Amino acid sequence: MKDITLGQYYPGNSVLHKADPRAKLVVTILYIVAIFLAKSIYSYGAVVLSAILLLVISRVSVSVVLKGIKPLIYVIVITGIMNILFTTGKTPLFQWWIIKVYPEGLRAAGLMVIRIIVLIMGSSLLLTYTTTPIALTDGIEQLLAPLKKIKLPVHDFAMMMTIALRFIPTLLEETDKIMNAQKARGGDFSSGSLIQRAKALVPVLVPLFVSAFRRADELAVAMECRCYRGGDGRTRMTKLKFAARDWFLVIFTVLFCALLVTLNIYFGPAQVVVEAVV
Amino acid sequence: MSDAFIRTENLTFAYENDEGKEVPAVKGISLEIKEGEFVAMLGHNGSGKSTFAKLLNMILTPTSGKIYIDGRDITADDMTEDDMFDVRRKVGMVFQNPDNQIVATIVEEDVAFGPENLGIEPEKIRRRVDQALETVGMTEYAKHAPHKLSGGQKQRIAIAGIIAMRPRCIIFDESTAMLDPLGREELMSTIEKLNREEGITVIHITHYMNEAAKADRIVVFDDGQVFADGTPEEIFSYPEPLRAVGLDVPQTVELLFKLNKMGGNFNLKNISTEDCAAVIAEAYRKATESKN
Ligand SMILES: Nc1ncnc2c1ncn2[C@@H]1O[C@H](COP(=O)(O)OP(=O)(O)O)[C@@H](O)[C@H]1O
Ligand SMILES: [Mg+2]
Repeated sequence: MKDITLGQYYPGNSVLHKADPRAKLVVTILYIVAIFLAKSIYSYGAVVLSAILLLVISRVSVSVVLKGIKPLIYVIVITGIMNILFTTGKTPLFQWWIIKVYPEGLRAAGLMVIRIIVLIMGSSLLLTYTTTPIALTDGIEQLLAPLKKIKLPVHDFAMMMTIALRFIPTLLEETDKIMNAQKARGGDFSSGSLIQRAKALVPVLVPLFVSAFRRADELAVAMECRCYRGGDGRTRMTKLKFAARDWFLVIFTVLFCALLVTLNIYFGPAQVVVEAVV
Repeated sequence: MSDAFIRTENLTFAYENDEGKEVPAVKGISLEIKEGEFVAMLGHNGSGKSTFAKLLNMILTPTSGKIYIDGRDITADDMTEDDMFDVRRKVGMVFQNPDNQIVATIVEEDVAFGPENLGIEPEKIRRRVDQALETVGMTEYAKHAPHKLSGGQKQRIAIAGIIAMRPRCIIFDESTAMLDPLGREELMSTIEKLNREEGITVIHITHYMNEAAKADRIVVFDDGQVFADGTPEEIFSYPEPLRAVGLDVPQTVELLFKLNKMGGNFNLKNISTEDCAAVIAEAYRKATESKN
């Protein structure tokens, strides 16, 4: 099963894996809105709980999720530091040179970091880990279908995504081959200054681009030979089915957003995050 | 009208080069290919084989001359776009590089691509895809990612993608050229099976003599024209002119041919060294036995 798709897909059989990609796309957007709606400490609690709930029902392993967060660790740390440094309050906790750290800053940083982590967790659990790239492009194409009425090239966009996904591994493999060929001729990609290394990449990128254009040319002819003429009149072998489960997922997320708004109103933005930044 | 599935009359085609000058690539080809025939096309690089093939399924439009596919004049002015797609459905094409003809990230999705373009109902596509994968012996790979397969397997997926459109003829444009010997053998047996069992007309463009020897007929191209046309036996009987147009006639064939001239009766299809040695040894044994 593991070799079916590329990238981040984590094969499984959970409710989230089975859900319609359109439902998951809608839910992801709603979820992101929900995360930004969270203002009070209680709504933050609800958001964190929901992320844990997603993790549990998707049955994706924790280490996989941590691996997904890892590349963004710098973004998270820098955002945290910025919040600490640039949030001002009444009495500074401590002061060093021109740097003043307020308790409000620490809280703002903490909440912001939670927000980013939950954002990454939520969107990756809902989309990348539980949806195959093909289902995702199909979902996007069908969700955006109404935009065809105003002449937006929705099908072409989805086709481009499919082809990109199809050719990423091929081009990576080719890059590897070219780099090895250059190494065999004494090319060096791992030492020297940044500029030297960038220069060493030129003899890799040039043949790669030439080959990519040739591939594109040949693929276009092959697609014509297979009667491709754009999205008009085209049918699909597997039709997406929006089941009861998918309605449930969407309605549940809407209710969740409503809950967050209610929590905000009742408990007020007492521990304000945004307003803390003067 | 004859029973030819493909017929060309004085077909010409010229590419336009960078300076806008016409460079002829196909120079007046008149050819008939019957339904169910297995035709091999030989010719050195640049002799116009690919160009000719692309004219047959309307990827290129001829400069002059006529092409009839299944009795229909596809160069006529009344050809609609639907007619054009019908020609492409009937005359499928498999290319050299297996990577550059696979569109989707999952094998069965890719095989479905053609039928989907034809607007066939989902259940029927499903059936066609399953059948096509079975025909090329790739059923167990239906859910795999194409980029993980071997070259020969990828080419068989490409073939499945074509036969799922139910073509009457398939053109293989050097489809075996990038494969290792094993992949080549796999592919040749698939091609032969399609021709023998499914009755699909096959045009196989190749540089390998032993593959051409398996065809019913060989057409030799040279400089945009048909240089020779005949059964493999006929074609291989004249190794000298073939060499003159840049084709390498295997020594085994030449040897058998010379023996035949001296009164032998060897099948010129025995191209591999082993086969050649075996048939000669067999003939020798028989000859000595009959003497005793
Ligand atoms: N896209 C093209 N543009 C211009 N000239 C081309 C193009 N493709 C092929 N040719 C020229 O047309 C001639 C026939 O080429 P081709 O049909 O590819 O031969 P073959 O397949 O037998 O090797 C060659 O001289 C080649 O240089
Ligand atoms: Mg060619």
